[in-house]
Amino acid sequence: MAEGLNKKNMKRTIIVLFALIVTATSVLAQIPERPQPARLVNDLANILSDGEKQNMESALVQFARKTSTQIVVVTVPDLEGYDRADYAQRLGENWGVGQKGNDNGLVVLVKPKVGNSRGQVFIATGYGLEGVLPDAIVNTTIVNEEMIPRFKQNDYYGGLAAGLNVIMDITRGEYTAANYQEKVNAGGSAGIPFGIIFFVLIITLFGRRRRGRFYSPGRSLPFWMAMGMMSGSHRSSGSFGNFSSGSGSFGGGGFGGFGGGSFGGGGAGGSW
Amino acid sequence: MKRLRIVLIALVSVVLFSSCGYNKMVEMDEQVTASWAQVENVYQRRADLIPNLVNTVKGYAEHEQETLTGVIEARSKATSVNIDPANLNPQTIQQFNQAQEGLSSALSKLMVVVERYPDLKANQNFMELQAQLEGTENRIAVERRKFNQTTQSYNAYIRKFPRVIYAGWFGFEKKTYFEAQQGAEQAPEVQF
Repeated sequence: MAEGLNKKNMKRTIIVLFALIVTATSVLAQIPERPQPARLVNDLANILSDGEKQNMESALVQFARKTSTQIVVVTVPDLEGYDRADYAQRLGENWGVGQKGNDNGLVVLVKPKVGNSRGQVFIATGYGLEGVLPDAIVNTTIVNEEMIPRFKQNDYYGGLAAGLNVIMDITRGEYTAANYQEKVNAGGSAGIPFGIIFFVLIITLFGRRRRGRFYSPGRSLPFWMAMGMMSGSHRSSGSFGNFSSGSGSFGGGGFGGFGGGSFGGGGAGGSW
Repeated sequence: MKRLRIVLIALVSVVLFSSCGYNKMVEMDEQVTASWAQVENVYQRRADLIPNLVNTVKGYAEHEQETLTGVIEARSKATSVNIDPANLNPQTIQQFNQAQEGLSSALSKLMVVVERYPDLKANQNFMELQAQLEGTENRIAVERRKFNQTTQSYNAYIRKFPRVIYAGWFGFEKKTYFEAQQGAEQAPEVQF
């Protein structure tokens, strides 16, 4: 009797595990993979021109450098049967948008209106941004007032730019790049001191012996310090207003790649 | 000599514990606890929205007293059921789930009723509350999924050979998934 129960239990767990694994793998198959190299504007539905993409990308890259908050724009031709909120959350979590620990990532997902299928938009906020960008604000101020009216007129770039400007204005003060830069310099690990001390020790020990072989920029500086200074030197404000000139495109991954932020289902969206 | 022996035993046990995955089991066990706390957290968030929602609706739809009372009662029932993560088992999860499902159905009844009041639907405060409620339901779905994922990796870890042997010694048991309520897979009936 007891054994029979046990067997039944086992069968059930196996089925549950199997179902979980199947869903996990199918998620990977359907939701687009993280772009290589990392990009912030991913126009998979082809609704933006090349120039528009470049403008948006460089503005978002600058914003990410300045504030460490990563905003990803994704357009898809089809939601593959997912709910818009579900799709955006899974995508953000899979790609790891935002910094680990701060969870300051944001996904703007757009599915354009084609023929009879409705257009859908969803803005998913990472855990760390839920405070500054409550769902109600995302819903009314950004989606309903800025985005959807423009999307209705097929002005996808205009709608996205207007919405992103509001998002940037609101989130600008929340995270600063200061602690982010430190993290980047330390190789992205939170446990800075030990690694750095060790590293510096080795550098100084070996550096004495074969001076001049290692570092090209600034001999007296260890190269990691020089790198930190270099990456700090080209920063400027990131708003769309400054980008009508459309100059200066950064290569892919100019923002340092996705940091492993996490999403808890926050955000809001709409359809038209 | 004696001290040396103690040091040796300590060293060996440290190596043994880490090689049999004891530390990892503790870590994963804690992860399950944390994700359960997160599940309760988002349900609490939903409960916190309700007083405000009820007050807003009351101003426009006085005749729906019954539905509103239903929501308030379901809310107090749902908030009274909290599970200590240390005793997560099928019964307690079932109990928790039932209480929360009660609140879900009371809320969906309210949302159907609200359709009859265009003034209320146009109210700014109500629209914001609706967006928040929708966001909370999304969060609930996400946290439940995350809880099941951490539980799955924990269960898979402790049940694999050879750890399944040590897991029993240290009292690591298989944990329960948060499965959907029975009947939840049937779409609600809509009548015109």
